[in-house]
Amino acid sequence: MTMVHRRLLSGVVGAGILALALAGCSGGDAAPTADDGTATPETTAEAEPAEPVTLTMWTRSVTAAQSEALVAAFNDEHDGEITVELTVVPFQEYLQKVSAAASGDNLPDLLAANVIDGPNYAELGLWTDLTDRIAGLDYADALAPAHIAAATTDGVTYAVPHVLDASALYYNKVLFEQAGLDPESPPTTLAEVAEDAAAIAALGNGIGGLYLPGDCGGCLAFTVFPSIWAAGGTVMNEDGTEATLDSPEAAEVLGIYNQMWNDGSMIPESRNENGATQNAAFEAGTAGFALLGSKALGTIAENDKLEIGVAPIPGLDGGSSTFVGGDVIGISSSSEYADAAWTFLEWTLDEQVQLDIYASAGFMPVRTDLAENEFAAQDPRVMLFNTLVEDGQTPYSARFFQTFNDPQGPFLALVREAVFGSGPDSLPASNTLVTESLQDS
Amino acid sequence: MTTAVATPRATIGSSDASRKRRRRTSLRAWLYAAPATAVLILLFVIPLGLAVWMSLHDWPLLGDAPTLNFPANYAEIPDERLFTAAVGFTVKYTAIIAVVLLTLSLGLALLIQESKRRGTGVLRTVFFLPVVTGLTTAALLFLGLLSPSAGPVDDILAWFGISVDFLGDPTWALISTVVMMTWRFAGFYMIILLAGLQAIPTELYEAAAIDGANKWRALRSVTIPLLRSTLALCTVLIVTGGLVAFEQFYVLTRGGPDNSTVTMVMTIFRQAFSQFNLGMAAAMSVVVLLGLVLLNMLQLRLMRDKDEVA
Repeated sequence: MTMVHRRLLSGVVGAGILALALAGCSGGDAAPTADDGTATPETTAEAEPAEPVTLTMWTRSVTAAQSEALVAAFNDEHDGEITVELTVVPFQEYLQKVSAAASGDNLPDLLAANVIDGPNYAELGLWTDLTDRIAGLDYADALAPAHIAAATTDGVTYAVPHVLDASALYYNKVLFEQAGLDPESPPTTLAEVAEDAAAIAALGNGIGGLYLPGDCGGCLAFTVFPSIWAAGGTVMNEDGTEATLDSPEAAEVLGIYNQMWNDGSMIPESRNENGATQNAAFEAGTAGFALLGSKALGTIAENDKLEIGVAPIPGLDGGSSTFVGGDVIGISSSSEYADAAWTFLEWTLDEQVQLDIYASAGFMPVRTDLAENEFAAQDPRVMLFNTLVEDGQTPYSARFFQTFNDPQGPFLALVREAVFGSGPDSLPASNTLVTESLQDS
Repeated sequence: MTTAVATPRATIGSSDASRKRRRRTSLRAWLYAAPATAVLILLFVIPLGLAVWMSLHDWPLLGDAPTLNFPANYAEIPDERLFTAAVGFTVKYTAIIAVVLLTLSLGLALLIQESKRRGTGVLRTVFFLPVVTGLTTAALLFLGLLSPSAGPVDDILAWFGISVDFLGDPTWALISTVVMMTWRFAGFYMIILLAGLQAIPTELYEAAAIDGANKWRALRSVTIPLLRSTLALCTVLIVTGGLVAFEQFYVLTRGGPDNSTVTMVMTIFRQAFSQFNLGMAAAMSVVVLLGLVLLNMLQLRLMRDKDEVA
């Protein structure tokens, strides 16, 4: 019987237990206003060697490498004065943990977030206003513009870039040569990608043209949106309340993917790739193309079957774009140490820190003015990622995750129907469902 | 549940002394039951009450304070296409898993019971071993095995020219999950059934043999009837477990492909932690809970031993 009870408890009454946690504290305003935010940058910590401060910080597990490196170096440098205690949270549980903490007024001082959740956090008032502090930075304009936009609502900016990621078109130069293509001139339109993919798929012998994460909504947004943007199209209206995936640009882009699926230049396993193994086929040297983020460059090892080339994700008639992903970080609105927390944030954005800790380790700097640095100069592919950021976009919607990332959400169904199903004619109907989800309150 | 037994029937004379004694016994019974009752109230009754309370409200996980909106949460459930589809799928899955698990674990239990060879104990352990694996771990293990780009199963089958899309085809995704759950749980139910089998007196089989019953007849007329209450217990456990299925699908199929393996609890989880709509999730939980209670009452009534009916 205990098993029945346990499963009943976890499955059915689980929400009730959560209520227990919420009930104790939901009486007041869940989003206290930021009175610390009024402090001007000049009055920060400098005055007196005040009491040592310990700041708590949460980040998602996908940014562990960067977050840990930053915190370790910062704590070393600020021996005793300010200590940052980092908690790395598994990325699947991050939103749940933040939600529970927000209702209980238990947020950490420094709260990072997936950049696509930026608008959500900002609108819910989880972060304190950083507009003036950011304006006081000499390099304010150089902070990854897409991140700043995602963290800004009603003219108020709540977070700074923490970790940057960008999507690009990876191609295997070895297979390019085998298929008689020029490994030094990657495709510049999506139609050319399809042509080259077909040529590579024709090699046979288990070799496929393109590997697409076809069962992962977040990955598909990351990799397909840039083509639509590059073609001059949009995916949503400006405030993220209406989907525009029924536009001619979106139809043409998804139509080319649909054609690649139908003519067999897309690897069949693409249809079921939920993101967990999305590097595998490319890494094994069996895929001509893969659409991946900047991190793959550091994690995929080259071998005699794989020489990695990276190109921008092209649009329909030339042009290119990228989805600027990664994480932003802000000071939680309930933090009592906003000044000390800003000292940390400002330090992380410092040129030397960005170069020594990020660029030297192959991470993308979060400032566009540092894109062309000495470390990136050693690898044109790293340089490409760094320079892509300037013109990249991050879609803005307070309900992005529920709509685009959720495996049961409407966007994944839209892409799957358009690419693997009946084709782009299905877009108007699917687009309505995406809009419904964006507007759901 | 235990507390109801506490009051003995008043049949003896009604003298003051016996009344006092009765009261003292009753008090002691309450005291004995108190710790269990406290745990039950704290971990079951209160959360349940809160869930019902939440189901009457528009209760966002973040942001504004909850507001009363009854009966909106309940009224909107039929419009939740994902949930209504999930009800059908969950029932289908439960029916399949119940038949497969019961048949297989009864078969295993009978085999182990009958076998007089050495090594039976080892077999029993081997069958039971998967039970100590966590369900999520088991699901991850199968995900790794069956994944076409990373797992070995695909490559092995390819040698024989067979290609099966274990997780990418709706039917196969269901079969894969049933296989995983059978591997994980058959040993557990085998042990329970084995205990039931061992409680059947051997004389009955001897008597049946003297009456000329063959093995099949003995199984039908002796084993199954006497195993009835154990089978009932297993059925209730399997059916309840099946209807609140979550981890196995959440990890193995993530509800896919194309939402073909979404269970009721997955839609509740999604409503709460992806849509951040706790009121609606609570309402769905309450509906599922009521369904479970009704179904279990029905099952217990149907399967009750005839002598037990008092």
